[in-house]
Amino acid sequence: MPMLEVKNLHVTVDGKQILNGLDLTVNKGEVHAIMGPNGSGKSTLAYVMAGKPGYEATKGQILLDGADILAMQPDERAAKGVFLAFQYPLEIPGVATMTFLRTALNAQRKQRGQTELSTPEFLKLVREAAGKLEIDIEMLRRGVNVGFSGGEKKRNEILQMALLQPRLCVLDETDSGLDIDALKIVSDGVNRLRSPDRSMVVITHYQRLLDHIVPDVVHVLSRGRIVKTGGKELAHELEAKGYAAYQDEAALAS
Amino acid sequence: MNAELRSVKTSAEQAFTQAYQAAKGKLPGDRKVVALREAAAARFDALGLPHRRVEEWKYTDLRALMREALPIAGPPDAAGLARAKNAGRLAGDIDARRIVFVDGRFAAELSDLADLSAGLSIRPMAQALAGGDPLVADRLGKVVPADREGVVALNTALMGDGAVIHVAKGATLERPIHLVFAATGQTPASVFTRSLVVIEQGARAMLVESHEAGAGHQVNTALELVVGEGAHVDHIKITSGPDDLVHVSSMMASIGANARFNDFAFNIGGGVVRNQTFVRFDGEGTLAGLRGASLLNGKQHVDSSMLVDHKAGGCQSREVFATVLDDESRGVFQGKIVVRQHAQKTDARMMTRALLLSDEAEADNKPELEIFADDVQCGHGATSGALDEGLKFYLMARGIPETEAEALLVQAFVGEAIEGIEHAGLRDALMEQVVGWLRSRGS
Repeated sequence: MPMLEVKNLHVTVDGKQILNGLDLTVNKGEVHAIMGPNGSGKSTLAYVMAGKPGYEATKGQILLDGADILAMQPDERAAKGVFLAFQYPLEIPGVATMTFLRTALNAQRKQRGQTELSTPEFLKLVREAAGKLEIDIEMLRRGVNVGFSGGEKKRNEILQMALLQPRLCVLDETDSGLDIDALKIVSDGVNRLRSPDRSMVVITHYQRLLDHIVPDVVHVLSRGRIVKTGGKELAHELEAKGYAAYQDEAALAS
Repeated sequence: MNAELRSVKTSAEQAFTQAYQAAKGKLPGDRKVVALREAAAARFDALGLPHRRVEEWKYTDLRALMREALPIAGPPDAAGLARAKNAGRLAGDIDARRIVFVDGRFAAELSDLADLSAGLSIRPMAQALAGGDPLVADRLGKVVPADREGVVALNTALMGDGAVIHVAKGATLERPIHLVFAATGQTPASVFTRSLVVIEQGARAMLVESHEAGAGHQVNTALELVVGEGAHVDHIKITSGPDDLVHVSSMMASIGANARFNDFAFNIGGGVVRNQTFVRFDGEGTLAGLRGASLLNGKQHVDSSMLVDHKAGGCQSREVFATVLDDESRGVFQGKIVVRQHAQKTDARMMTRALLLSDEAEADNKPELEIFADDVQCGHGATSGALDEGLKFYLMARGIPETEAEALLVQAFVGEAIEGIEHAGLRDALMEQVVGWLRSRGS
């Protein structure tokens, strides 16, 4: 049963067409990888799903459980279960990570008609989740991502994902800037969240991440549309041959 | 013939001069004080109210903003005193010694002068002026003479009451002193308060000033502060009031060697607010921070102007101001750092940031450096801009609704300045005010 259906999606950014009729269906519980060369529209796809201002869908739909989310604000989408792990997590000086996590969690609970968590309940959740990702709880008292290394920022993204328990996770180049140890911690964190009720879209340029987060389906994105779909072996093929063949294919098709 | 062109006096200027002539017989003070008032009145007569062609008042044309002079407030009645009972609540419920002034007069029944610790003396200014208090005779009007300031001259001419505080050498005040200035009269009036605070060598004190006023008032308040050698002083001023309040405040401080001085100004109300600060470093090895946060909406105009005079070398000064502007409000920051010729090894930095929440709001920043020494580190920076859309999206992508996301970012912006306050209780109280302000914005 499809959880996510992207249909004929056209997106412009600053008046420039980036996605050109993208179709993508992700069933419940599946992990799909989106691979593609630089400039193919990978990050645009991630942002438009999360609802970033300036990413305008001029045509098409993004259906989550059959309902179009394109008209929704980013916070409403988050409450419906969409989560974007940012390629470049932002620093927010003056907002303690703890405050941020708690505000986010309670805002989502509120939108879903659930009660707010008490302080001890919340702290217990954070401690558990942070422990698994080897995040020092003291670090969470600092401003969001302020003074965090690249790896720490990415781990912080996965911590948020673990706490918010989204239904659809979109991971945008989560492996960028990670050394091999950090990659392991982050991938383990993601794999722990794999579940029959949760779908994932893993966006990456390199196959290396997919050795750790093994996808069910691999898509190749080029010039704003999916040009090839296959199994996990497709990622290895891309690693060996590069994207050149697919760029030509997209050029011919357009 | 006088070559200097002097424009015709405005009715407000004339009215102030007349008010002085009418009131001078009744104003508190001995012969020496009368001479001080007379000289100040003459100075005001010559200077008038500051206007846009006076560089220090370029963005706050007080002469245009103060069309009329209101009569000087009379003594409060029982109802006025009752209204003042809860004044100063913006400082939260910090454990402090409250000294309350209502409509420009000391209110004994609302003040706590009992059990003053050793080394602490507090007297109402009116009493001190009338009784020939030696501290007042020695220091008043002399700490950092702001002779070119018409508003200070006017304050000196018409000063009624205020606090005279002395903290003796080496004394440590366990509790902060909270000076509460409330103008509660139901008819708009003008109020002139003046305080003198002398913290002697090695003493430790924290002073909180709360200013609030009823509709239409004109408040002119001044504080002279002496921070002795090696003393450690915190001073926090909180200003609030209705949209039609004109509040002009002057702080003149002299800081001795090896001292610590932390000043913070919090503005959360008032129609026209001018906080001017004159700080002079008189001894080496001192660290001073002048910080502030202002939250403006409606058509509020808040001006924070300061002159930081590094007369002695080897001192460090830091100015950090954050202003949040909504609606059609206007925020002004003027900071001038002067490093005199022999003040080597001065380290002075100034930073002012404005966050504009509306397209109609305006922030004017004017930092100035005047450096006559050659071995110094000085710098200034100013930013102004809207909320970062990228940060807002990041918060919203985690499920935080737009208004809440904006509130978090504004709190973070203001919080950075408020962090500079050492007293945790006061810090929390002010953050609570920020949250309340943001909540009322959302509704």
